[in-house]
Amino acid sequence: MSETIDLKALWNESGVQAVLDSLDAELIGLAPVKKRIREIASLLVIDKVRRDLQLEAGAPSLHMSFTGNPGTGKTTVAFRMAELLHKLGYSRKGHLVAVTRDDLVGQYIGHTAPKTKEVLKKAMGGVLFIDEAYYLYKPENERDYGQEAIEILLQVMENQRDDLVVILAGYKDRMDTFFKSNPGMSSRIAHHIDFPDYRNEELVAIGELILKGWNYQLSPRAARAFGDYIARRREQPHFANARSVRNALDRARLRQAHRLLESNNAIDKAALQTIEAEDILQSRVMAPVETTAKESAR
Amino acid sequence: MITTSNQRLTQGQFSFLPELTDAQITRQIEYALQHEWSVGVEYTDDPHPRNTYWEMYGNPMFDLKDPAGILLEINNCRKTFPNHYIRVTAFDATRGVESPKMSYIVNRPKAEPGFGLIRQEVDGRNIRYTIHSYAADKPEGERY
Repeated sequence: MSETIDLKALWNESGVQAVLDSLDAELIGLAPVKKRIREIASLLVIDKVRRDLQLEAGAPSLHMSFTGNPGTGKTTVAFRMAELLHKLGYSRKGHLVAVTRDDLVGQYIGHTAPKTKEVLKKAMGGVLFIDEAYYLYKPENERDYGQEAIEILLQVMENQRDDLVVILAGYKDRMDTFFKSNPGMSSRIAHHIDFPDYRNEELVAIGELILKGWNYQLSPRAARAFGDYIARRREQPHFANARSVRNALDRARLRQAHRLLESNNAIDKAALQTIEAEDILQSRVMAPVETTAKESAR
Repeated sequence: MITTSNQRLTQGQFSFLPELTDAQITRQIEYALQHEWSVGVEYTDDPHPRNTYWEMYGNPMFDLKDPAGILLEINNCRKTFPNHYIRVTAFDATRGVESPKMSYIVNRPKAEPGFGLIRQEVDGRNIRYTIHSYAADKPEGERY
């Protein structure tokens, strides 16, 4: 049999490219993550072709773990992943059920199993996203019910691979400890994807993208100030990458609104849309920079 | 008619058809989920037609998207009660309806003895009829 297959056509037909393109357009950076997603998508397309030619290989295991610092886009990518798996025909419904420890672990004996099972049933046909999964395992309390939830989870992950995909997410170091103490979990997860921190210019680009979504824009001076802001914010505690950017912009919006009302001038549409440098420079984070800027200007 | 001629219980939908396969049950559940009905699994060993309320196996399942979860429960129930009647119901919670929209048997005992007709003679040579399941003479849990 020398019949050839047009993979390019199949790839286009699957509609994966559209999802990957929107992933590229809407998610800044994250190169290793995108690469892995592309690989998974390729595997699923090839698998489909092989199945048509009766080259059975069994359903691939697609359970994943997303590790990375806060605000690096783990949840966002999980939603995209659900959509992608649906487009590829791997998951039947393509919905995502996001849960944390509270949704899985019960409060008294015999409460955990039904609770976990109910969540698993809801997630079937789609993706189960367990945020901060390391909380499931609490070694300091040997009577903790988290272990029970993990065992049920493992069983379903193994036996019903066709029915749902489990994605565990959490901070890198704590997830590593979690996997070390639950080797069964680690070995059942085929894809360990690490989300790198964003670089400063990536965060600025993310900020601009967020603002665009809100119908705002940064003035050129504000864009420079925002770059400074991010560099300074990164040095401070509780820096949460894109989430910090988002919060900072939320506050800049407040200041812009306040500034517009205080100014008492007639304003136009452009003014309503533009965030000026002073809206960002007033931030607590920028307080020292103002003085140094004045000093250098002097 | 409460049984077919070979004493096969006929209640709910599809009961004159051969047993539903798992694939067919999945399609039926899919239909119920499309309409956003909540699906429940119930079992009993007293199949009298007036025995409306069967035992629930777990809670009714709300907010499910995919039949796989329900099929899992059906199979668990079959494992626990291999010799009971098991039915799947779909409840429509829409205001003003609030009642089951589907109900079909997915598991039945290996041997079904069927029902007997009891005639009770009352005043003036009147006769009252009672339907009685042969299996129900034995205590609960030992009937089939």
